[in-house]
Amino acid sequence: MKRKLTMIQAITEAMDQKLADDSRIMLLGEDIGVNGGVFRATEDLIHKYGPDRVVDTPLAEAGIIGAAIGLAMNGKIPVVEIQFLAFIYPGFEQIVSHAARMRYRTRGQYHVPMVIRTPYGAGIRGPELHSESVETFFAHVPGLKVVAPSTPYDAKGLLIAAMEDPDPVIFLEPTKLYRAFKQEVPEEMYRVPIGKAKVVQEGSDVSIFAWGAMLRVAEDAAKQIERENGLSCEVIDLRTLYPLDRDTIIASVKKTGRAVVVHEAHKTAGLGAEIISIINDEALIYMKAPVKRITGFDVPVPQFSIEDDYLPTAERVKDGILETATF
Amino acid sequence: MSSLYQVLSPAGELVGDLKGQLDEATMIKMYENMVLARQFDRKSINLQRQGRMGTYAPFEGQEASQVGSAMALTPGDWLFPTYRDHAAAIVHGQSMARVFLYWMGHMEGSISPKHLNIMPPCVPIATQMVHAVGTAWASKLQNEKHVSIAYFGDGASSEGDFHEALNFAGVFQTPTIFFCQNNGFAISVPFSQQSSSKTIAQRSAAYDIPGVRIDGNDIFAVWLTMKEAMQRALDGKGPTLIEAVTFRYGAHTTADDPKKYRDQESLSEEWRQERDPLQRLRVYLENQGLWNETKEAELVARMNEQIDAALVEAESYPKSKPEDMFKHVYAEPSWMATEQESELVKPSKQEGIPA
Repeated sequence: MKRKLTMIQAITEAMDQKLADDSRIMLLGEDIGVNGGVFRATEDLIHKYGPDRVVDTPLAEAGIIGAAIGLAMNGKIPVVEIQFLAFIYPGFEQIVSHAARMRYRTRGQYHVPMVIRTPYGAGIRGPELHSESVETFFAHVPGLKVVAPSTPYDAKGLLIAAMEDPDPVIFLEPTKLYRAFKQEVPEEMYRVPIGKAKVVQEGSDVSIFAWGAMLRVAEDAAKQIERENGLSCEVIDLRTLYPLDRDTIIASVKKTGRAVVVHEAHKTAGLGAEIISIINDEALIYMKAPVKRITGFDVPVPQFSIEDDYLPTAERVKDGILETATF
Repeated sequence: MSSLYQVLSPAGELVGDLKGQLDEATMIKMYENMVLARQFDRKSINLQRQGRMGTYAPFEGQEASQVGSAMALTPGDWLFPTYRDHAAAIVHGQSMARVFLYWMGHMEGSISPKHLNIMPPCVPIATQMVHAVGTAWASKLQNEKHVSIAYFGDGASSEGDFHEALNFAGVFQTPTIFFCQNNGFAISVPFSQQSSSKTIAQRSAAYDIPGVRIDGNDIFAVWLTMKEAMQRALDGKGPTLIEAVTFRYGAHTTADDPKKYRDQESLSEEWRQERDPLQRLRVYLENQGLWNETKEAELVARMNEQIDAALVEAESYPKSKPEDMFKHVYAEPSWMATEQESELVKPSKQEGIPA
């Protein structure tokens, strides 16, 4: 019988295998050692690799990310865990002013091969500031790569690719999917290339673009609408948010002529706007309807009594699909 | 001033122990480097005034701190300067032409000579301090006998990164030297308004690392303190915080007017007369029979020649091409960069379209 893992198990396995494979890899973060991380992503790794390679740091995000930049410049490959995406803000300056720019500033003399892993997104009944989806901050900054897997298989393959990437990678892990389901994950090390989207389901009437936890919502909506209205949806998991896989996006909309972007991030200046721009630049004349965005709202992610009302649902996505289909 | 560690008094007299570590050749080299630094700084301000250089951050008055600390380093050590530490970078091996290039707006001005680890001037405040913890930490883990030195000013001690850096360095016992040049002002704000702690050195107690407050215009004190801190770091005994008390005679940058916030002329004059770092070493060397007017004239001429040669090199550096901005953003250029670059260089499509 094939082995099935949750996303969190797949992420642990990726780090475990890279720690064994490359002595330059180091994990750093708050509570990641003895405690195994707040989500247990680093469970037992400190016992296997010791406290010099799996480091419980002081509680200081600028310190963690800044020190990791120095480690990366001097021969290490740090993999940083930030407990929740909104906790990254104290380290934001280090990411945008230094990690993203070191190669540029030094004309390629120094670079920062590091990964910053962080759970993101709503739907877990977390306290305030535990549910943010601000991927656009990072996708806007030249010098960073931004990755958001939606399955255990991709999480392992993308994380291994991120740890082997010469540039800093912001690795966004959809909290809601950590233990939501299991999937077959090969035991060996494999890579899912950064920068390549995946056509999850082929279709001919509407293209739906999503990532992270919203992929599941998009898939649900696609299934329901096919059953209820006979519309054939092509569902695409973007997987990498910077650089976007333009070719896959364009090939799909040229085929379907209609598109819906689903993201739980706030609407304004969210990546949906960027995807629409790419479509306008490259495939406007193929389009039969304006591209629809189904997103979180331009409000702080609310606390959990109304959290589900913030998040896009399959119902909302279906409405969007119908709107483009009947334009 | 009496609470400061001092070896060479402002009158040029030895008031401390040289511990048998400072030979005459080193002392003369110190003086030569300080003269070079001062001439370079003055030249840079002139170039800015002539429109041959962009905004520049001068350091005159801080030569002993920068030269003395950088002379203590060895080639494998990592140096993290701010935008005011050109003398430290030059003494550690950065070419003056590169420093000119940086301030002339060329990205290539940030390139470190091969086999030296000299970081580009850090513009955000205190952020480089944590990087110096990281590189030092890696050196320790890789069993390399090198230290990392982070330069910063008194204003930086108010930033969160200052505290995070000291705390990390203490926890992980990294071979990092935190070298503060307390020049009295963070742009316009005096230290008394920057901090209610009387000194920066005393902050070291909070992190249980050694901290020392020294006369930053006394190059012997700077050098001996650095040597001790380096030895401690290389012996695996962790970081040191050094507060070198000094003064910048001039403006924060060439775009700033210090007359607005301090009695510029009398304050600078007072520091110059009472504590100038070049003057006191020169008096000492003269009293030892190691220096005289002839040597001074010869040195200034020689240093100016070197500076002029660096300037010729910088000014004849090929003009950067617009497409250079697309290089080194990522290891491999993204499709966006490739396309945007071709947009930048291709001829306009507007031609031939009737108005």
